[in-house]
Parts: sequence; structure tokens; C-alpha cells
Amino acid sequence: MAGDLIDLTVAEAAERIRSGELAADEYFDAYRDAASRDSLNAFLWTAEDAEEGGDGPLGGIPIAIKDIFCTEGIPTTAGSRILEGYRPPYTATAVRKLREAGARVLGKVNMDEFAMGSSNENSGYGPVLNPWDSGRVPGGSSGGSAAAVAGRLAPCAIGTDTGGSIRQPAALCGIVGMKPTYGAVSRYGMIAFASSLDQCGPLTRDVTDAALVLQAVEGRDPCDSTSIGIEGGIGLPSSEDLKGLSFGIPKELASEAEGIESGVKEVFERTVALIEELGGEVSETELPHAPHGISAYYVLAPAEASANLARFDGVRYGMRVDAGDLTEMYEETRANGFGDEVKRRIMLGTYALSSGYYEAYYGRAQRVRTKIAEDFSKAFERFDFVVTPTSPTVAFKLGAKTDDPLAMYLNDYCTVPMPLAGIPAISIPAGLAAPDDGGPELPVGFQIAGPAFSDSAMLDAAHALEGAIGFGGNGATT
Amino acid sequence: MIDREQVLHVAKLARLKLNDEEVERMASELSGILEHVERISELDLDGVEPTSHVIALENVLRPDQPRRSWDRDEMLERAPDPASGAYRVPSPQA
Amino acid sequence: MSDYEAVIGLEIHVQLSTKTKMFCGCSLSFGDEPNSHTCPVCLGHPGTLPTMNEQAIRYALMIAAALECEVPERSEFARKNYFYPDLPKGYQISQYDQPIAVNGHLGDIRIHRAHLEEDAAKLTHVGESGRIHGSGSSLVDFNRGGTPLVEIVTEPDIRSAAQAREWAQLLRATIRRLGVSDVNMEEGSLRVDGNISIRPAGSDELGVKTELKNMNSFRFLERGIEAELIRQRELLEGGEQVEQETLHFHPEDGSLTPLRSKEYAHDYRYFPEPDLVPVAPTEKMIAEARDSLPELPAARRERYVSEIGLPEEAATTLAFHEGYGEYFERALGAGDGAPAKSIANWVTGELVAALRQAGDEDDPLASKATPEAVAALAGLVESRTVSHGAGKQVLTKLVADGGEPAEIVEKEGLAQISDSAELEGIVDRAIEAEPEAAEQVRQGNDKAVGRIVGAVMKESMGRADGGTVTKLIKERL
Repeated sequence: MAGDLIDLTVAEAAERIRSGELAADEYFDAYRDAASRDSLNAFLWTAEDAEEGGDGPLGGIPIAIKDIFCTEGIPTTAGSRILEGYRPPYTATAVRKLREAGARVLGKVNMDEFAMGSSNENSGYGPVLNPWDSGRVPGGSSGGSAAAVAGRLAPCAIGTDTGGSIRQPAALCGIVGMKPTYGAVSRYGMIAFASSLDQCGPLTRDVTDAALVLQAVEGRDPCDSTSIGIEGGIGLPSSEDLKGLSFGIPKELASEAEGIESGVKEVFERTVALIEELGGEVSETELPHAPHGISAYYVLAPAEASANLARFDGVRYGMRVDAGDLTEMYEETRANGFGDEVKRRIMLGTYALSSGYYEAYYGRAQRVRTKIAEDFSKAFERFDFVVTPTSPTVAFKLGAKTDDPLAMYLNDYCTVPMPLAGIPAISIPAGLAAPDDGGPELPVGFQIAGPAFSDSAMLDAAHALEGAIGFGGNGATT
Repeated sequence: MIDREQVLHVAKLARLKLNDEEVERMASELSGILEHVERISELDLDGVEPTSHVIALENVLRPDQPRRSWDRDEMLERAPDPASGAYRVPSPQA
Repeated sequence: MSDYEAVIGLEIHVQLSTKTKMFCGCSLSFGDEPNSHTCPVCLGHPGTLPTMNEQAIRYALMIAAALECEVPERSEFARKNYFYPDLPKGYQISQYDQPIAVNGHLGDIRIHRAHLEEDAAKLTHVGESGRIHGSGSSLVDFNRGGTPLVEIVTEPDIRSAAQAREWAQLLRATIRRLGVSDVNMEEGSLRVDGNISIRPAGSDELGVKTELKNMNSFRFLERGIEAELIRQRELLEGGEQVEQETLHFHPEDGSLTPLRSKEYAHDYRYFPEPDLVPVAPTEKMIAEARDSLPELPAARRERYVSEIGLPEEAATTLAFHEGYGEYFERALGAGDGAPAKSIANWVTGELVAALRQAGDEDDPLASKATPEAVAALAGLVESRTVSHGAGKQVLTKLVADGGEPAEIVEKEGLAQISDSAELEGIVDRAIEAEPEAAEQVRQGNDKAVGRIVGAVMKESMGRADGGTVTKLIKERL
């Protein structure tokens, strides 16, 4: 039955397809149907037919692809009107590898424009709704990816994370989301927001599925000089306990942090207790420069973005607004094609790099980055992993923070330090909590971060914890 | 923190056209953000090396071997104004 | 310019002759159909990333070695941000504060730095309107976009337009010798811009400098710089200031016009390129580059002057012109016993002239007159088997048909008249034929001897040696 089919995890479905118990086409159709009834505005494009089947660890598995990944011949917009109708002349390495592992592209999913946002309210194609409560945001920028998986419109998805864009929507939608070590996955074909921070990662119902997807996409790519892969690849998780492992709670991102909702705090503390029950050792640690993460991030990321988005000029592809002279053409095209948040960040980034301001902003931000990385290194001398709440709040109402960009940015303070340091981090659903502003309970995410290249070990620990939490791993009840 | 003049200057550098209302709004929003970002000026960062790359790779080089280029017309199909096998644009000012 | 001193620096762009572009595997093109060598990377499509060409690094290290530069441990790439249709990404990947080479010199001029960057595409203005009626439009051809360049910046050590030209020619010859670029100014694989200022003679301070562009030949380089020096002097003498600006040289009339100053043109907002990791040239890479250097022009010229005793001018021609240099070296190697100096004379003198006549002076090695043959010819003339004049005839034959000089001499009967009786006879007849000239010589007008010599040459068909004939004429008179 279609209903049962979409309850299967990727691991389960892949197994059944391999054994012949489940027909890949039937499985694909079940999701194609679900996607066609998408009321969350998660999908921007859905496949008419299933692609040529393939064998592999993900044989026959449909996957939703964040619309930031170039897919040859298939519309790719990065959530922006400036790329409306654009069909890339090539396919992103991550997507190619998923296909090589047997997966089939189910559709392209909605996102904050050019990955800039924490609520998916910045899309040029309308906001995405949270399957738990359609009056609330799914998080961003991989809001479509998270909503699709949580809303059972796709069994799994890939997204991108620059300052938390996989982990935070995963937390707000009650699913698993992971940002691997920087360089684990090729960025070739991933429309760039902030090149030194962007990474591709999985959004799935459980940790094992996340490992399966990550396993398929990781690896050094000659087309991406900054890719290095994970030595030895990604192992599938199996741990059931956390004996012998130590976890540090950075006070700056937990006890001393401002703005963490009481419900979120409670779930966090309960989960920490579970770690101890599983045999893990927990104590407080510090990341002294973490409070400056947002400041550094909101200089570095917009600066790189301002350069990365300069290619959208109406010359070779995408939108062009005709004008009498070249400068007019550039200015009108970009004014019309980009949304407000994108313009804001381009302005911020351009300013931070401009003559006279480089040292004060960009130069300093790069140094803060060094300090944050050092802070993590020091913490990891003592601890195997560091844990924090993923997001200070549960999903907030649509429109709640759109008037105050800074308030929106401050959502990210638990997630920005990890990309700044280049280290991996995963968010797993840890429970439900009522928001401070009242309303039914909503998912809370628990974040685990580890040293660079500890991705497999981290998945393993997350797996053990997930088992103890017993969230259900089956997404939102709709 | 950032005034109207500066906003117009930066918008010019970034080739973004902003109407008056947008300039006003941008000035106030950017000022608010910059005020927060300014916090990093409080830190003592003397002697700290800037991080340009989080990953310790060097000398990643590609062999100088040609491969086929993409078909010209296929690429031009995506252009807003293809003409005579080229990408046409309004002329830059002298 | 006696009261003012010229302070000139040059900024040179060298297009590398790699097989592929700097950051993608498209091959370089030479006048091919527009946009036939492009891909998503060099067209700046979303999501694409640059990958560094290994050969470009090698070539850059060779240039660094040839210019005796220091190669820092690490060099970084940077984004240079600005908007222009020939710049697909809206930034050029270049190098900023960590270039691949610094602090070198070539001849008397110090090199400030050398760095790698990608070339822009080609923009051609067309009259017809594009999508908007009435406006002019331009067409962009991205074939050239992404071609690897090395930019070389000198210190402002040059003191005259002529020196700039000479030094630029030395640089060209040096890089040509490395085999890393065609360095052809007319084709654009070598571009030279000047940074020019003047100051009162003896002063240490630098004046305001202007930048000169679009001088696409060595001659224009000299003319343009000269014109600018004059312009600056006139300004200062008139009590005015020199403004910092960029000037465009017009080859049609040698004039200079300021490029419209774009107020925002110079805020490039450089920052480290996040898509490329640093290049840290290893000992091995640097040594390989240094070891692969052939004998460079400046060193070669020095060797020719000090070891072979060639005059400066001939040494320069042979050292700086790769074709003639190679030709000369082969001729020397032919081992016919002719002294190097005389071979050099033949190559730089008569051979160049003969090839110029044949319209083929730039590629001596392609000539039918082989280096070995010319060496043999020089030997024949040196040993007086053939007169210089007859030698020229032999050379003409060699250039036209190839062959061996000794055979040609025999076949054409060009051997020098060694029989003194025969020669005396011809001389006497010539004296008889030119009585007025003979009388003038007797009266002390030496110049008149020429007409008698001419008559001798005519009868002997150039087989007599000029010096001997002159002596003989005087004796007989």
C-alpha cells in the first residue's frame, strides 16, 4: 500500500528493492503521487517519470534535490527569479554520485533564495510551510528539503549548509540533518553562496539513512579543488550505547546563551541525561569566541556571496532586463531578479570588502574564524564531541521575524561556529516542546559536533542516542 | 553607521539599483547589522593569522590535457541575446 | 629632458602557450569560430569551480627563474572584483598579496613581482542595435577568456623611452627562449603597458604617474612613452599638475587620450580565492624549472662578447633573435674551421640581407641555406678561395636553391683569381679603360680608384678580391 511504502526508511526500502520484495517503480510512483499533492510548496519541479533505474546502495530510492544543485536539462533556480527557467548544461557531482548509487531524482525542492535565510521565507517562489504546523516556517535555507522529508513527500533529500541551513530546518521539522566536514562532498554544481563554508549534506528520517546518503555523495572530486573526501569513506552506524565517549557542552551556546526557549532547554537537558544513561560522560566546556560567530559569519558569508553572485548579470544566462546601456542593464536585471535578503547580503558583503573597510571587517572576521577553530580544537582535546541545542527556538510563525533581519540572523548562533571551523555537525530530533509564544508542541533538535573527519564516529554516536530518544524517525504526522 | 551616500556608493559597486525607499531601508537595516558585527572590533586579535581556507590542502593541480568544449549553440540557447555566434550586450560606455 | 628625469615602470602580460585554459580543460584557440572553446566553467555558469593548470604553474616558475626572482613558500589566488561583459564571473581570478614570484631582475631593471591570472574574453563593438533600438551593442567571444597569463611588473627603473623599448625586447627574447609563450605583441600574446612619471633630476621623490595602454608594438611603445614624457614635462613647466589617469595610445597618430575615468573602477575588493587552495612550490618544482632553462639571451650575449669577441651589435642580434641565435650555434658546430667572428659576420650581415631580399628574414632556420653551408662559405672566403663579392653570389644561390658552397663555386666558376698574371692582365686592361680615373689616382685622388676596381670586378665577374685589386691598381699606376 502506498501509505505503508512511504513509511519505510531509505535503508528498509533499499533492502526490499534489492531483495525483489519491492518494485522500484512502485516505490517511486508512491512518492511521485505524494509530491504531486504537495501543499507545503516544497517542490519547484517534480519528475514526470522515474529515471533509468540503477543498482547500488541507494538502488531505486527517490530523492529530493535542493534547487541549488545543477541538474542538466532540469530547471534549477536556487530559489531565485533571476534563474527562472534556467536549465544547466551540466549536473552537480553530488547528484551524479547519487544516481551512480542507484538513486532517482524525484524533484527539485524549494529553498531560501541563494541559500540566504533561516526560514525559507526568502524564496522567489513563495515560502515553504512546516508540515507540523502550516502557519509556521520549516526553517531554512533547505526548508523545502526538510519539509519534503518530514511531510513524507520524499524519503530523503540533500540540502546545503553554510551557517546551519541543513541542521536548523532538520531541527524545526523533526528530522535528521547533517553538515559533513568541509571538503567531504564536492561543491561542483552546487550554486555557490559562501564558498569556504558551503557543504552538501543529507536530510533524512533517521541517522542510518543519513549515513547512506552521505556515503553516496562524499569523495574527492577533480572538479572541486577544495574537496578531499573522508578517508576510508563513511561507515554505516551501529552503536547502541555511548560508553567511553565524552561530550562537552559549551557554556556560551547553552547555559550562558540568550534567547533559548524554555521548552528547547528542557528537551536539551533531558537528552543530555540520556547520554549519561547510555554511558557517555558529559561536562561543561567552553568556546570563548563562539559568541562572535554570528558577527564573523555575517561578514564572511555575505562577502563571498557578493562575489559569487556577481555572475548573475544578464549576459550569458538567466534573467535580463533590457536597458539602453550596459550599466542600466546590470542594475535593473539584478534589482529585479534578486529578492530583498539577497540584496541586503550583497550590500553587506560588498561594503565589508570595499576600500578602507577590508581590514576592519573581512580581515578581522577571518581572524575570529581562526580563534573559533582553535576553540574547537582545544575542546576536542578533552572531548570526543560537543553538544548544543540546534536552534534556540522551535519553528516560529511565518512572518514573525521577517521585519528584523538581525533577529533572523541571531537564530543561527548555535550552528554558525561549526562551518566557520570546517567541522562536521549533525542535528537529530530529540523531542517536542511548546513554543514560548504558545501553541502545540513542535520538534526540537539536538546538535552533535565533532572534529574534522570524525563524520563516521559522529553518525555512530548519533545513532546510539537516536535509539534511546525514540523520536519515531517517521517525520511529521500530517 | 552607514549613511545614504555610502549605500548609494556600495549599490553602485554591486550594480544594484535601489529606489529611494530601498536606500532608506537599506541604510537602517545595514546599520543595525553592522552594529552587531562591530563586536568583533572588541576582540584582541593581534598576532592571530587569518583563516582563508579551513582545509589544509596545497598544490591541487590539473594536468594540462584538453577535453572537448561544450557545443556553442547549446550554450548560446541559454543566452538572453545570442547573435552571430556570440553573446550580445549593450555597449559599455567608452 | 635634461632638467627632468623620466621614471618608467612596465607592466607586462604574457599569454602562456599551455594546451588548456588556466582554470578549465578547454583548449586555447587561435582565430577559431567565436565561442567554440567554452564550457560551463569559463562561461561562469552557476555552480562551476576553477581547477588550476599544472603547466601554467611550471611555466610561471620558469619565468621566475629566468627573471632571477624569489619564489615565496606559499602563493595564494585572489578575486579581483568588477563588472564587465568580458568577465564572466564578475571577478577575475588573479593573485594579490601573495604572488608566485617577487624581487628579481633582468638586465639593469629590477622585477617587482610576477603573478598568474586569467585573461578576459574578447569584446567587439558592433554598430547594429541589440534588443533595444538605437543603442550600440557589443558581442562577446569567450574563447580567449580563461587563457593563462603571467603578469610581470618592474620597478620604475627605466629612464627613457628607448631604454623601455630595448628592455622590453630583451624580455621578449628571454621569454621566447623559454618556450612558454609566443610573446607576439601584434597578436596579443605579449602586452606591455607603461607607468610613467617625471621628477626633477636628482630628486628622490616620485612624481604622479600615469598609465599608458594600447601600445602594441615595440615601436609604438617607444613612441607612446616619449609622447607622454613630453606631455608631462610641458604640464609641469606650465605650472600645472600631472593627473593620475590612464591614457590610451592611438597608433594612427601617436596621440594619447585619457580613458574616461570610471569613479568606481579601482575598488577591486580583493580577497583570497576560496575555490583554489594555495600553491606551495616545492624544492623539486623550483629546481626543475631552473634546470629546464636554456641559455638565456642576456647570458648568451655576454658569452658572445667576452668569449668569442663579437661586437656588441652582432652579439645582440644573435642572442636576442632566437632563430639567428640557433642558426649561429649550429653554424659554429659545423666545425669547418672558420673563425666564429667571421661566421657571425656572415650570419648577421649578408645572410640577414639575403633573407630580407627573399622576404624571409624572420625564420633563418627554414631557409634552404643551411647553417653548415654558411659556415663552409665563411671558411672559403676566410681562406681566400673565394672573394667576398663572389661569396655573396654563392649565398644568394644557397638561399634560392640550397646546396654546398664548394660545389656552387666550382659550378659557377666563382673561384677567386689566384693567378697573379691573370689578375695583372685584367687590372691593366681596366686602367686602360678608365684613363680619367687613372689620372685622378695618379694625382692623389684615391677615391677614383673605385671606378677602376669596378671595371676589374666586371671583367673578373667578382672573382677578384677587392683589397688585392686596389693594391695592384696602385702599384701599376
